[in-house]
Amino acid sequence: MFSRLLRLARSRRLALGSTVALGWVSGLLAILQAWFLSRTIDRVFLGGAALQDVLPMLAVLLAALALRAAASGGMELTANAVALAVKSELRSRLLQRLSRLGPAFTGGERTGELSAAALEGVEALDAYFSQYLPQAALAAFIPLSVLLLVFPLDPLTGVVFLLTAPLIPFFMYLIGRTAENLTRRQYQVLGRLSAYLLDVLQGLATLKLLGQSRDQAGNIRQASDRFRDVTLGVLRVTFLSALTLELLGALSTAIVAVEIGLRLLEGNISFQPALFILVLAPDFYQPLRALGLRFHAGMSGMAAARRIYEILDTPLPVQPPAACPTPARGRTQSGICFERVSFSYPSRDLPALQDVSLEIPPGSLTALVGATGAGKSTLAALLLRFIEPDGGLITVDGQPLAEILPDEWRAGLAWVPQSPYLFNDTLGANLRLSKPGASHAEVGRALAMAGLEDFVASLPQGLDTPLGERGARLSGGQAQRIAIARAFLRDAPLLILDEPTSSLDPALESQLNAAIRQLAFGRTTLVIAHRLNTVREAARIYVLDGGQVAESGDHASLLQRNGLYAGLVTAQA
Amino acid sequence: MNRIRRLLAFIVPSWRWSLLAVALGALTIGASISLLATSALLISTAALHPSIAELQVAIVGVRFFGISRGVLRYAERLVSHNTTFRLLGDIRVWFYRAIEPLAPARFASHRSGDLLARIITDIETLENFYVRVLAPPLVALVALLGTSVFMGGFAPRLALVLLAFLLLAGLGLTALTLGLGRGPGRALVESRARLRADLVDGIQGLPDLLVYGQAEGHFQRLRQAESRLHRAQRRMARLTGLQSGLNTLLAGLGAWCVLRLAIPLVSGGEMQGVHLAVVALAAMASFEAVQNLPQAAQYLEGNLQAAGRLFEVADAAPEVIDPPSPASLPLQAAISVRDLHFTYPGAEQPTLDGISFELPPGKQMALVGPSGAGKSTLASLLLRFWDAPQGAIHLAGRDIRDYAQEDVRRRFGVVSQQAYLFHASLRENLLLANPSAAQDGIEAACKQAQLHDFIGSLPQGYETYAGERGVQLSGGERQRLAIARALLTDAGAFIFDEPTANLDTVTERQVIAALGQATRGRSLLWITHRLVGLEGMDEILVLDSGRIVQRGTHAGLATQDGLYRKMWELQNRVLFS
Repeated sequence: MFSRLLRLARSRRLALGSTVALGWVSGLLAILQAWFLSRTIDRVFLGGAALQDVLPMLAVLLAALALRAAASGGMELTANAVALAVKSELRSRLLQRLSRLGPAFTGGERTGELSAAALEGVEALDAYFSQYLPQAALAAFIPLSVLLLVFPLDPLTGVVFLLTAPLIPFFMYLIGRTAENLTRRQYQVLGRLSAYLLDVLQGLATLKLLGQSRDQAGNIRQASDRFRDVTLGVLRVTFLSALTLELLGALSTAIVAVEIGLRLLEGNISFQPALFILVLAPDFYQPLRALGLRFHAGMSGMAAARRIYEILDTPLPVQPPAACPTPARGRTQSGICFERVSFSYPSRDLPALQDVSLEIPPGSLTALVGATGAGKSTLAALLLRFIEPDGGLITVDGQPLAEILPDEWRAGLAWVPQSPYLFNDTLGANLRLSKPGASHAEVGRALAMAGLEDFVASLPQGLDTPLGERGARLSGGQAQRIAIARAFLRDAPLLILDEPTSSLDPALESQLNAAIRQLAFGRTTLVIAHRLNTVREAARIYVLDGGQVAESGDHASLLQRNGLYAGLVTAQA
Repeated sequence: MNRIRRLLAFIVPSWRWSLLAVALGALTIGASISLLATSALLISTAALHPSIAELQVAIVGVRFFGISRGVLRYAERLVSHNTTFRLLGDIRVWFYRAIEPLAPARFASHRSGDLLARIITDIETLENFYVRVLAPPLVALVALLGTSVFMGGFAPRLALVLLAFLLLAGLGLTALTLGLGRGPGRALVESRARLRADLVDGIQGLPDLLVYGQAEGHFQRLRQAESRLHRAQRRMARLTGLQSGLNTLLAGLGAWCVLRLAIPLVSGGEMQGVHLAVVALAAMASFEAVQNLPQAAQYLEGNLQAAGRLFEVADAAPEVIDPPSPASLPLQAAISVRDLHFTYPGAEQPTLDGISFELPPGKQMALVGPSGAGKSTLASLLLRFWDAPQGAIHLAGRDIRDYAQEDVRRRFGVVSQQAYLFHASLRENLLLANPSAAQDGIEAACKQAQLHDFIGSLPQGYETYAGERGVQLSGGERQRLAIARALLTDAGAFIFDEPTANLDTVTERQVIAALGQATRGRSLLWITHRLVGLEGMDEILVLDSGRIVQRGTHAGLATQDGLYRKMWELQNRVLFS
């Protein structure tokens, strides 16, 4: 994990190095300061010197502290540059991964948790790179430099330093392990807290309906309390480590002071080196103490990184092909074939599709009907390349679909989903999702075809009206019509419609059916529906039942067979 | 100012803890300074070769301060963080309680992604309010006083100089940071909220983005949002760097000046030489008291922004208010609607334009009509999500406004158009309707909703987790779960808003039959644009453009020349061709 994180900083090697270098210079300057300070005081206190005599040393002292200030300021800037670059890199990698893992992955996960990972998780690494890492380097260099200077002056003190110093990382390690586990749990709780709150907020209307909304306040308090307890548990331990480190530092200073004092008394050491060491003692322990303080921030970063790398390491569902002669996108000569295709969802026992074989002929309307849960949407998901079949083969003009890049494939299709997503943007932007460069006329035509003209005209801001989250201001039917308009705008050779008219009343449904008919003319179209008005004119209708193809044919012949299809039709009367 | 006052009000309940934390903080700094001062005294005295007995006090002092510093700091940290978390929990709950009455009427203009940013990010920002904004100045004040008194004991001149530098490093730097930090602080909070909202869009809307090849485009948008955040963070870092540098400079300069002033005092005999090191080291150590202050100022700005946003949302007036002493609503209540008018704020046309009907207990009524005719709006009004400005709704003979909202809603078993499933097990989703329901009751309701067999086919059955927003269930399955949930509430009246919208015709028939059985004897308002299974309804209202244009039974309306018949024919075209 550590090496992977370090590799992230590779692009900012210079900044990282500068940070450490500046810190080290700052430390050396501190030593210089201590030297001149002790000399000055020695000369005045024991040497009886006057102000003029020590002015030069005071001047050097002044210069040293000015430089030290500059160095400490510079460190902030360089450390920040490193942190920003790392966060940027990691975030974009994470997002690209999520995009390539697709809805099959993000659908099962919680949006709140994933956004927490992408935002707060990545941000947690800021402290790791801008505070923890540089401090770790400093904690190695500066005490060493001090040690090298102190030993020749007073070996005994050197020994005290030498013995106490390793104790600090040792204790840090010991306590750090426990804190790490606790921090990881804290981070998980935070993620779950985010997801839980998002859930509650999005479903607030439902909760109110069920009269459960007021009680949720209690649940939130419980969740917050749990978060507090876990975090306090972490802090109690991490503060303990800080306590130990500070005790070590302070006590060591005390020990050194007493020991030097006694030796001074006996005349084994003179005043100036004694004072020098005393002034240095805090500077010896300060980097180590600072490291201890920043340790828990560093551990939070590690925990967050772990979760992010979990996602980054998740294997991709679709393997990109080795060689790929790109066909005319979506346009097929002989159609799309499903040959004995099977698929099971990981969380369910029964397969969603079992040995399904069917053909979607080019340029005509194919319909897929069946009871709810018969596998229709699964088939659509396979065509949309969100999932890949467990068994069997899907071919396009004889070429396996798996050999075509999903993005290439999707560029040639338009999709009207069961629950279209409306983004927080203007209505116009939502429409142009399928074709960002669409002209005003094209958008207008799509609106007309989808029956949205009147609605848009009634809005004071027209196409510039912002849509609430998930189109809260729009009815189900209006959202569906926007999805249909998107498909019109796209003008793609392959069209997939998943229950396009399920929320619409008969008048609107028939209007849209006319439009769909127009849109589907000459295009390869797959319609999934149980509104049979829509599928009546399909060239071929497949009836799915329990994940298998039960019947196929056109409307008239299926009616004659008096089987499942006929049953569905009569049920509608 | 007002915001600060309100934030402080949150702390008042735990003021004793806060005071303790401040005291501990000041004592910690005192111990820190004393450690160095005593050590310097020890060495300086030892250099004069006194008897060891004279050194004893200093030795004990050094050891004592060494230990107490660590212990005091540990205690202070625990106490202040405990206070902080309590504060946070209180704020979260207060905020939820404030917005709970607002949904769903107000939420149309906010995105829940944005709202989540408000709660989580802003409240977490407020986490810093006590520890990093409020406590440091108070601690610094006490520590400064102590240090001045200590220095003054040697020479007033030194105390003045030191105090001047301490104030410069404390207040001066703070003012500088406040002035320069306002812009970056605001930018930081805003850009972070924006990024989070875009992230939610990108993850929840991933399917649509992928299909239309806009994933890359949205990704670019996210990168832009991120660079905005990073730009703000870079500005912040520059400010922090300046601050850090000035802090170090002033601390060093302060100690330097004290030394520079003390030397002539020693030469002139006004001060003992032994104390020279003491004064110098104590001056150096004293700057620890003010080093957190500029940072406090930075955090203050961010905190105020966050608090402002929270208050803005929480202060919004709810659409619907409960009466001070609500009446009690009987289980079976007659519903009576008279001349109801309603227009959505900002809409030009009224959605409901004079609706009247009676729904006594046990009556089964259907409300049909084209989309947008106002059917769902009527349901919202019956459930008191809105209050109608004109006309009246009476329950059990009293105005609906006389009852508590929650009571009204609990009396109805509702299936709404877009059923929401929580990320929890199916059983938990069902139990929401009736937390004390037994497994038998749950299964019975699911059987009636034609869902029980499906759940049986899942490997974990009722314990199966519904993915976020129930995404792993198909539309029809989600609908049936919502129906089962409504049946579980065992309410006196039912409102079904397009309950069979996503179901195939066969399942639709089965569900309608089952619903008919389950709702027998209780009032039912069935809202739909599908004219299926309405033969048994006691009355059907046909709604068009906010008005009731036809009333009657199915048999009667089917023979009349009107909207109902037109809808019927359109719907069943599949048979006639």
